[in-house]
Amino acid sequence: MIVRDSLILAQRTVTKMVRNPEQFLDVSVQPIVMTVIFVFIFGGAIAGTSQDYLQFALPGIIVQTIMTTAMTIGVNLNSDLKNGVFDRFRSLPIARSAPLMGAVTGDVVRHSIAIGVTLAFGAAIGFRFLTPWYSVVTAIVLMIVFAMSLCWTSVFIGMLARSSGAVQGLSFLIVFPLTFGSSAFVPAATMPGWLQGWVAINPVTHVTDAMRGLLVGNSIMTPGTSVGGEVLWVLLSCVVLVGVFFPLAMRAYRTKL
Amino acid sequence: MTAAIEARGLTKRFGTTQALAGIDLTVGPGRVLGVLGPNGAGKTSAVRILATLLKPDAGTVTVAGFDVVTHPVDVRRRIGLTGQYASVDEDLRGVENLVMIGRLLGLSRSDAKARAAELLEEFELTDAGGRLAKTYSGGMRRRLDLAASLIGRPSVVFLDEPTTGLDPAKRDDVWEMIRTLVRQGTTVLLTTQYLEEADALANEITVIDHGLVIAHDTPEGLKRQVGGQTLEVRPADDRDLDRVTALLASVGTRAPEFPAPSLVSVPVAGADALTATVARLHAENIAVTELSLRLPSLDEVFYSLTGHTPAVPSATGLVTEGAAS
Ligand SMILES: Nc1ncnc2c1ncn2[C@@H]1O[C@H](COP(=O)(O)OP(=O)(O)OP(=O)(O)O)[C@@H](O)[C@H]1O
Ligand SMILES: [Mg+2]
Repeated sequence: MIVRDSLILAQRTVTKMVRNPEQFLDVSVQPIVMTVIFVFIFGGAIAGTSQDYLQFALPGIIVQTIMTTAMTIGVNLNSDLKNGVFDRFRSLPIARSAPLMGAVTGDVVRHSIAIGVTLAFGAAIGFRFLTPWYSVVTAIVLMIVFAMSLCWTSVFIGMLARSSGAVQGLSFLIVFPLTFGSSAFVPAATMPGWLQGWVAINPVTHVTDAMRGLLVGNSIMTPGTSVGGEVLWVLLSCVVLVGVFFPLAMRAYRTKL
Repeated sequence: MTAAIEARGLTKRFGTTQALAGIDLTVGPGRVLGVLGPNGAGKTSAVRILATLLKPDAGTVTVAGFDVVTHPVDVRRRIGLTGQYASVDEDLRGVENLVMIGRLLGLSRSDAKARAAELLEEFELTDAGGRLAKTYSGGMRRRLDLAASLIGRPSVVFLDEPTTGLDPAKRDDVWEMIRTLVRQGTTVLLTTQYLEEADALANEITVIDHGLVIAHDTPEGLKRQVGGQTLEVRPADDRDLDRVTALLASVGTRAPEFPAPSLVSVPVAGADALTATVARLHAENIAVTELSLRLPSLDEVFYSLTGHTPAVPSATGLVTEGAAS
């Protein structure tokens, strides 16, 4: 029942996306711009050649893209809530969480586009997949699961904040230290000790390592980690993210008028 | 038979604003209650509590036999709500809005489509059904919203100012639709700022102000309390003003007043006064540019009931209550 309702509402989210194609701009243009900046501007300096850096950084760029994509859901929901449609939903005999679950589910379309564009553009400028096809599929699925879990953080912020501008600012404050304080763009070994401590526990580091293992292989992962271990780590952080932020988001949604 | 809507001692406070200060509302099954009140009276707050969107601070409410706080889902299965501000999805087509609600109410895709087509037809939106709701006029949005609240064939319907912003023809259409609902046995609670609307539709009227019930009566009883109808005459020539005033003084139940320059108005007991006035204007050869018989405005109702006119809210509707009265 709740699954059916959520899917009906996810369809609403997707229809709205298709009707407002500018919503696809960030998921299609942004990953390309990020890839160009990192690979061609910083790449040579960080890794010697931009080609080597591409192999190393593309998995990180995917993670960073997904983080910013996941964070936009709060902005969208915040302005959507001001629209009377949510009053209509609240007066219907459906689960309270269905409209939020629908929005999170509908956003899978955006995540898929973001991942697809980054991989395709990466491949076009020379990124080589060095793992079997099922590894690549696992990587994509893992990224989507991670994105859906991370979405609940943003949904929570979206429910709390007064304006969608505030949601944007707050999300940026969260995403920025998480992505740059990780091994997504630079190996942790080059950083000062205190920062290495943070990088080692930062979930983004583990997500990036899992992606590197699944798309390229052990060779570029943080020394001493394994693909299986990192994937498990990612799934565990998904459980924690949903376990903490789903109830918080629901509580904020209930009390939001 | 128990009441379809029963509210006892409802209170609700927003910060320092006491939106509801303990109101009682009762509506029998298949009946229509008009809740009449000025801006900020608490109409929307009351409707939102009755429709399970808001929890009361105190008081008990049952709708269709279920407590709104302890059994909200049972209530939601039986109600339809048209809020004060249209709750349609702008980025969806008219028909998509209705199909989505139908499906959320458990209808299959084909049943939801059939029901949507039926309602679009009923609300004369069939031609516009394929257009995005954001291209709709205010009146079309309202009608789409009304249609959306009827998809599940609810037994109790809440309409929060259903005709505000509609032109007179469309307003009459909405009135007719509400009468049809009532003929089918639906219980209706509607809020309005117009005595005329409550009079046209409701079996009983509850007047609220500052979150309190200040009158509850049948439309006839209420009109009797507030002095029935008002007759207004505007002579073509200002020199006839004195004669018109004298004439109206003799047919009215109170002394004539001058709501506007060269406009004379007087409360009258019934439509007979109109016939008498027309006959005497003709006999005395007084030409008029305006002659009308109307129900008292909300201001006049309040004046009669409370001896003061309701506090005038600011244009944004953001009035701080408490200072008033
Ligand atoms: N969410 C809210 N937060 C703060 N104050 C509120 C809120 N909702 C309503 N109020 C206040 O409660 C009072 C009653 O508001 P309500 O909307 O119920 O009035 P209303 O009779 O529907 O008025 P209108 O005719 O303007 O729609 C008003 O003073 C309003 O400012
Ligand atoms: Mg209102």
